[in-house]
Amino acid sequence: MAISLGKLTLGRIVQAAIVALVVGVVGFAMMEALPGDAAYRIAAGRYGYDMVTGAAAEQVRSELGLDRPAAERLLTWVGQTFTFDLGQSAVTGERVGHAIDHQLGHTVELALVAVAVALLIAVPIGVLAGLRPGSLFDRISAALAIVVRAMPAFLIGIVLMLVLAVELGLVPAAGHGHGGNFVLPALTLGIVLASVLTRVVRNAVAATVASDAFQFALHKGLPMRAAFLRHGVRNAAVPVVAYLGVQMALLLEGVVVVESVFSWPGIGHALTHAIFERDVPMLQGTALTLGLMFVLLSFLADLACRALDPRLNT
Amino acid sequence: MRLPRLVGLVCLLVIAVLTILGPSLSGFDPAKQNLRAILLPPGTDGHLLGTDNLGRDIAARILGGAQITLSLAALAVASAAAFGVGLGMLAGWRGGVTDRLLGALSDAVLALPGLLLVLLLAAIRPDSWWTLYAGLALTLWVEFFRVSRARTRVLTASPAVEAARLLGLGRWHVVRRHLWPDLSLQILTLAAFGAATVVTALATLGFISVGLRPPTPEWGVMMAELLPSWREAPWAIAAPVVALAATVLSLRLAAGSEG
Repeated sequence: MAISLGKLTLGRIVQAAIVALVVGVVGFAMMEALPGDAAYRIAAGRYGYDMVTGAAAEQVRSELGLDRPAAERLLTWVGQTFTFDLGQSAVTGERVGHAIDHQLGHTVELALVAVAVALLIAVPIGVLAGLRPGSLFDRISAALAIVVRAMPAFLIGIVLMLVLAVELGLVPAAGHGHGGNFVLPALTLGIVLASVLTRVVRNAVAATVASDAFQFALHKGLPMRAAFLRHGVRNAAVPVVAYLGVQMALLLEGVVVVESVFSWPGIGHALTHAIFERDVPMLQGTALTLGLMFVLLSFLADLACRALDPRLNT
Repeated sequence: MRLPRLVGLVCLLVIAVLTILGPSLSGFDPAKQNLRAILLPPGTDGHLLGTDNLGRDIAARILGGAQITLSLAALAVASAAAFGVGLGMLAGWRGGVTDRLLGALSDAVLALPGLLLVLLLAAIRPDSWWTLYAGLALTLWVEFFRVSRARTRVLTASPAVEAARLLGLGRWHVVRRHLWPDLSLQILTLAAFGAATVVTALATLGFISVGLRPPTPEWGVMMAELLPSWREAPWAIAAPVVALAATVLSLRLAAGSEG
């Protein structure tokens, strides 16, 4: 079970390389699938559609190497992706790196608030249910978790939007800029994350309470609260944090969906926009950033597990 | 069998029958517009679930959407299961280099969150059922692969299989009599969860306009079309919402979801 830190790091580096490779190949395939002649399109972009001639297109073709075989172009393309040579948006002309700089902040903001919301929901419910497995509270929270977990994130978003924004008028339905804009996307994403996390917390707490070590703490006379704070929390936290790694996939998928539903100007929203507008450089930049974020967060979750459970470091 | 599972299976059966009968059941064409009869409430002029913002029959569109969604789910899951289980048995049986190579391949698929990978692959050719199918099958096979590889490894080392080998019984016999009976239940569970994933993913991508596109009667696309009509016709958007929620929930209950 124990994997050395070096091996772990290497594994994540390989994962990052695979992310870049997938993004590079997808971007290239999208370029190839675009209708029309790429060289002519680029030449038209340079000289204007009225001025462009066949000769100009040919010159662009040899200059950019578009006449070279597809395999060679794919290699160059993937190489550029690896070196973060992202170019500029095909639609707005903005530097991709600059746009991402901007969006990343918004995405991180939303993700942090959503994780906080998820913890605020999942930890109290999970601990209460886990301390008394089989109780009415435990069973009701389990049934709720099953139903909520079956609902796609965007559906939860629609329901919250219709109830809180359209019917009750408590918060703005979409957009960004006011504090109130946080409510719907963060709540949606928080609920999605909490539906799984609650059960993880509950199971971890139930297992800890049932363990011999914890029962011993009770037998030696510690009251439940003190026993749980002293001997329970840290043990119960290990599987919860281990699960964070898996949560990261849910979080990033959720970011893409929730940002798109609520027009939150982050990376996920930019990605779906880029796909819709066939903006290949932008798509590559945003997908690469999201993918690398996933790798980094998974790595951080690995490290957090080790910090909590020294047995993994042997 | 526990009650939730039974409820899930019965609901699935009803959904499957309705889907096979299809839009003709409603008596209307899912694509036929009638701008003189938009947003009719349920029950008017024979429209069981009313009409949408372009006067199309909602019941016909829900059933049409069910055919698109469930055929995609069935085909993507079946291909993923066939590939995953086949390769998983191969890796578990052969071990060594085969196992390591296939293991690396499955890890590569997991390098990105599943929905993100489907989104990217589907982006290569927009509004294409087949691209979505390829993307989903490619994402889903890993789960089948991992489970069948792990089980195969345990089973091939068991005394029963060793005895079968010593008796000179062939590989096919071992697969049929020892591996398959053990794996089939787990594979069914995975398949139901996989189908729920496909249904969710398709509706999600449709709603955020990066999956199938209008005028296809896909549930997520329908929700995006009907959301602006919420005030005048709340029942209109309720139809695809209920259809999607019921399908995903039945699949997960049938799979034996423990929450």
